[in-house]
Amino acid sequence: MALFALRRLLLSIPLLVGITFVSYMVISLAPGGPLDFLTPEDPNASPEVKERLVKEFGLDRPIHVQYWQWLRRAVRLDFGRSFLPDGRPVLTKIGERLPVTLFLNLIELAIIVGLAVPIGVLSATRQYSLYDKITTVFVFVGFATPDFWLALLLMILFGVQLGWLPISGLRSLNWEYLSFWQQQWDFFAHLILPIVVATFGGLAGFSRYMRQSMLEVVRQDYVQTARAKGLSERVVISKHALRNALLPVVTILALALPGLIGGSVIIESIFAIPGMGQLMVQSVFSRDYPVVMGNLVIVASLTLVANLVADITYGLVDPRIRFGGRRGRR
Amino acid sequence: MRSGRARVRALLVWAGGLGLAAACNGPIDSGLDESAAAGPPAYGDTFIEASIGDIGGLIPTLTSDQSSYEVGGLIYDGLVKTDKDLNLAPAMAQSWTYSRDCLDLTFKLRQDIKWHDGYPFTSADVVFTYQAMINPKTPAPFKEGFLLVKSVDAPDAYTVRVHYDKPYARAVETWGTSMLPKHLLQSFADAGTLRESPQNSQPVGTGPYRFQEWKPGEKVVLVANPDFYEGRPYLSRIVYRVIPSQATIFLELKANGVDYVSTLTGIQYARQTEYPAFRKAYHKFRYPASDYTFLGFNLKDPRFADRRVRQAFAHAINKQELIDGVRLGLAREATGPVRPGTWAYTDKVTRFAYDPEKAKALLAEAGWKDRDGDGVVEDRSGKPFTLTIRTNQGNDERKKIAEIVQQRLKEVGIQADIQLIEWAAFIKEFVKPRRFEVVVLGLGTGIDPDQFVVWHSSQRGPDQMNRTGYDNPEVDRLLEAGRMSCVQSERVGYYHRIQEILAEDLPMIFLYYRDALPVVASRVRGVSATPSGIMYNFNEWYVPKSQQRYTSG
Repeated sequence: MALFALRRLLLSIPLLVGITFVSYMVISLAPGGPLDFLTPEDPNASPEVKERLVKEFGLDRPIHVQYWQWLRRAVRLDFGRSFLPDGRPVLTKIGERLPVTLFLNLIELAIIVGLAVPIGVLSATRQYSLYDKITTVFVFVGFATPDFWLALLLMILFGVQLGWLPISGLRSLNWEYLSFWQQQWDFFAHLILPIVVATFGGLAGFSRYMRQSMLEVVRQDYVQTARAKGLSERVVISKHALRNALLPVVTILALALPGLIGGSVIIESIFAIPGMGQLMVQSVFSRDYPVVMGNLVIVASLTLVANLVADITYGLVDPRIRFGGRRGRR
Repeated sequence: MRSGRARVRALLVWAGGLGLAAACNGPIDSGLDESAAAGPPAYGDTFIEASIGDIGGLIPTLTSDQSSYEVGGLIYDGLVKTDKDLNLAPAMAQSWTYSRDCLDLTFKLRQDIKWHDGYPFTSADVVFTYQAMINPKTPAPFKEGFLLVKSVDAPDAYTVRVHYDKPYARAVETWGTSMLPKHLLQSFADAGTLRESPQNSQPVGTGPYRFQEWKPGEKVVLVANPDFYEGRPYLSRIVYRVIPSQATIFLELKANGVDYVSTLTGIQYARQTEYPAFRKAYHKFRYPASDYTFLGFNLKDPRFADRRVRQAFAHAINKQELIDGVRLGLAREATGPVRPGTWAYTDKVTRFAYDPEKAKALLAEAGWKDRDGDGVVEDRSGKPFTLTIRTNQGNDERKKIAEIVQQRLKEVGIQADIQLIEWAAFIKEFVKPRRFEVVVLGLGTGIDPDQFVVWHSSQRGPDQMNRTGYDNPEVDRLLEAGRMSCVQSERVGYYHRIQEILAEDLPMIFLYYRDALPVVASRVRGVSATPSGIMYNFNEWYVPKSQQRYTSG
């Protein structure tokens, strides 16, 4: 087991390097460069500044040399400074955005799982019932609703018409002057709409997956056996069926891990939340290579780790799968 | 009181000078509650501005985005500023004088100015700012004006003498740039690490507001500088809220969550804000923005090298239709590259009225006739007149312009396609290498009418700004002469002549100047629209004590 994890870990190093290499090439090949944005289309911008910055950023060297320079610093966790005029270190820029996104996404994920599992299980056990049909319609409406549209409707209703909830941002502007509990409520009130919108859109995938998995399991012989033993339906479902039906869901959960730091650009933009999604999009549009690469490295590493975690937990929760157990089969 | 007077003057300018009043219903604040009952100017309150983009940094001379300039403009100050009519006015310099040959420029500085940290502001800071700007290690995008300076010296602590090799018309304007504190930045400027200095996160300036905090992607907070040399500004605290979605900004406005938005869209201005509650909570303003939208020709294309073809295009296009269709009437017709309402502007130029028949006649004269009866004109060899109108993706206005123009060109027998391209690729692959036939783009105008870099024949290189490839010896001479003079009465003649020639010659079809459409919360008083916009007297805006909403500050 430990050996397996170690081997996988070592194997992911060249993979990670490969990912960064391809990413670097792709972003460098995108038309336009960082300087097209720093020295804009303006009659009074000086071309001389451009040359100067090209040198400073090392963009005059061949692309593989640039990549090598970047890689050498990146292995020491030095991702450099942003190309934008603020010139701040990449890690600082990511660091100030990460907590918000992580926090929001964790809550979202928890709510989605918390709702999707019962929805899926109930739809499966009452397949083709009215409940099943209603939830199916509901989750698919959620899936098909553009989140910017839903967000705007909710903002108009709760923010403008009723005035119950704040429209955008994370905190009110007088936050510093509120009491501790008022501060907590203020923060929470700001989170309600973004979380509702994100959850509504994310329910479909998970609940359908849960339903499918459950449908397969309840047809298995051991569920028949459990029923034949005279166990109550509740025990059959919750003890015998659900446990097995949750196995594939564990994998999906682990794979959702990198998504946690990605952040949703649409939701962040529309609710004016300064998170990772916005940072990434801004840096791509302004061709801010260091920030783009720093971001990609984090997401790529997390994806690799998540894959590994998925495999390992799979083995832990499912006794039928054991690593290095080839001898047993023969 | 002072602001009250400014207001009356501004209204006169508005109604008379721009002839706007008839154009729309209630173009400026309705004046319902502007009575003295509101109360006298008072200190206090917080002013919340919504900004679609975050600031790029806190040293404005290193940035090129609008938000950084706005925030920077409050923290820092320059030697000169522009007044409401876009004329240069004293700021940190109390006066300036030119030598007779326009080569020496002497500034007298005010002696009562302190940096936000208490250090006195002197001529040494001005010399330092100049040196930092021309330092090749300083990544300032706009240093052209400083590179033309031959030398700068400070005979005493409050006098700065600038010497030029050749007269330079925009000399004074150059010194409106944000002055940087020598005592804090000398070592960073020498090392070329200004971007990494503490100044870029905790700026110290001389302007009316002091920096308090910047939460990237969220907000910038400024507080009034009680020691500001023109007196403490009335509004105590300014919050720039970054809201990256236009729709959200608008909803925040409707919920009274923000006090100022720099520009509404046309439809928001004309339709969606026309209800009593909004009119009560906000005042809407309208003034011509500083950039114009144009249809540019590639003059290297033999078809467009013929002036008759360009004039035919001008006759085929209905500018008023574009203004009405694309901007809901919230723009004014452009006849040249000089902003209406400024001293160099003239409207006495040739205009090409919408007239498809004349357009066809001009095309026929240039050899383009419909020879096979298919509705498309052909040249003598039978080659049809087809072209592609290109513009950048994501700009709805330009896309609509392209569509309307396409329709109008069809009427005169020209078949046009439309191609929308992502901004960076558009500039790099099409505009710079001049691989286009016709483009729809916008160009900004500065305070000074000098547009040497846009029209002079020496500026046609791939990284230069004469994108159409315009080459006219007379315009070249006039541009040089206009640039070499520091006497406004002399320069007026040159720039009027340039506008006449360009209007006749049409290297591009000047379409319109958009109107900027700001809104300000109605509790804020002292705001008025002028040719330079509404922000020129920001320090005099106030909220009467009884209507202040935020107690903090």
